[in-house]
Amino acid sequence: MIAQNVVFGVLAAAMVLSAIGVVTTKNVVHAALYLVVVLAGGAGQFLLLGQEFVAWVQVLVYIGAVIVLFLFGIMLTRAPMQPKESLDNDLKWPGLVVAVALVGILGALLVDAFEDTEIELEAPTRTIEVTDAVFRTYIIPFEVVGILLLAALIGAVVLARKD
Amino acid sequence: MTPTLAVDIGWGTTLGIKTLVVLGIVPLGALILGYVFLLKMMSHMQSRLGPMDPGGFHGWYQLIGDGLKFLQKEDIMPEHADRKVFALAPAVVVMSTFLVFVVIPAGPRIVVAPLDVGVFYALAVSSLSVVGVLMAGWASANKYALLGGLRAAAQLIAYELPLVLAVVGVVIQAGTMNLQGIVAYQSDAEIFGFGGIGLPLILTQFVGFAVFMVAAQAELTQPPFDMPVAESELVSGYMVEYTGFRFLFFFIGEFGTAFAFSALAATLFLGGWGLPWGDPFGTDQLLFDLLGPALLFVKMMIVAFLMFWARFTYPRFREDQLQALAWKWLIPIALVNILATGVLKVAF
Repeated sequence: MIAQNVVFGVLAAAMVLSAIGVVTTKNVVHAALYLVVVLAGGAGQFLLLGQEFVAWVQVLVYIGAVIVLFLFGIMLTRAPMQPKESLDNDLKWPGLVVAVALVGILGALLVDAFEDTEIELEAPTRTIEVTDAVFRTYIIPFEVVGILLLAALIGAVVLARKD
Repeated sequence: MTPTLAVDIGWGTTLGIKTLVVLGIVPLGALILGYVFLLKMMSHMQSRLGPMDPGGFHGWYQLIGDGLKFLQKEDIMPEHADRKVFALAPAVVVMSTFLVFVVIPAGPRIVVAPLDVGVFYALAVSSLSVVGVLMAGWASANKYALLGGLRAAAQLIAYELPLVLAVVGVVIQAGTMNLQGIVAYQSDAEIFGFGGIGLPLILTQFVGFAVFMVAAQAELTQPPFDMPVAESELVSGYMVEYTGFRFLFFFIGEFGTAFAFSALAATLFLGGWGLPWGDPFGTDQLLFDLLGPALLFVKMMIVAFLMFWARFTYPRFREDQLQALAWKWLIPIALVNILATGVLKVAF
């Protein structure tokens, strides 16, 4: 398990540094690109847990679609080349307090819940196990989420239509 | 697995060999496609005399000349460009092409990693190139590049959906996303009890194949879907500020991705390295390891021929036609195909 722990540490350090980059950079395009590193690190952590399917969903949906949508929106509106001072604002210190508090609470919760439980990771979880869980055990929540997203989609179309 | 090598090599060496093969196969594939199709086939189809002239037979010297020209060009970077992002963008595009080849099998044992999520992984990493294209378009500090990047992003998002949906039919029928499993299914399946030719999925998934090919053409931003790089209005779009070696990266990315998509199409719809005879995972393993790459290559060249045939034949779509084709035609057709495949899978 030593190798996994080392890789986890490296990925986590890269993710934390990039996450700080997202909120401190004065260039909004750079912020989006730092976010790519954070999300890719998240996918890497899923791989470490043997969850291949979830990891590549993270890549396809978050990096391949959500980030692209962010970049697309930025470039369609202003596409700033120069750093912008107005990206900085007075709420950064309250924001920092909330972030640190959140890390503390979540960390304490995880330590309290699992303590020193060790989870055996033998082989990667096969896709068939993931799909069985989604379409058998959790079929009702899955359908509810589907209907919710459909409603959101139709709502967005209705709001965006001008006629 | 029986060892075929006399010496037992460690996992580190194996990993090194695999990495080198993948690193070699993308530029090699790009050169093969560039030479056979871009230089020779296009010259024949469009009566272009230039690429047929240098050197002796059929202008064989042209590709070497082009390569040397790119290598000696000055590396120019626009004054207001974002230097780091500008330099990183071509690497992101090429990296996504390299990663696709990790899962494509060329024989029972000739595959870097036969991932369980196989084809899903291939489509996920190929979607990363959009980020590189947007980076290039923005970092060039050039309005034509920015327009090209925007058009590319809109197009790649629109055509990624039909590309993924077209593959779902194959996955339902084969019952696995593992590319080795899909190849094995096509070699072993029978057509109403007749097993003479296996079951290349192009026969039952022809709709999926057609949607996949159109969407792949659009993902490659090749004509007739070349609005993002329209050279007559956007002077090559997001690539406009790139010269020399960095431009060569984009070129390798474009043709390497064409190579990757033809490999995916050949594996998913034409049976990949498999044949309907023999026992590739048992007694005939060595034979198929040797024969597989050649079989796959032949099938890939057939698919690539179709792609480039369309590229050299049709004029460019307008932007609204391009979006309408994806959202109003390809996606509904692919969804109906999934439904029909699911119903038939349960029925039979």
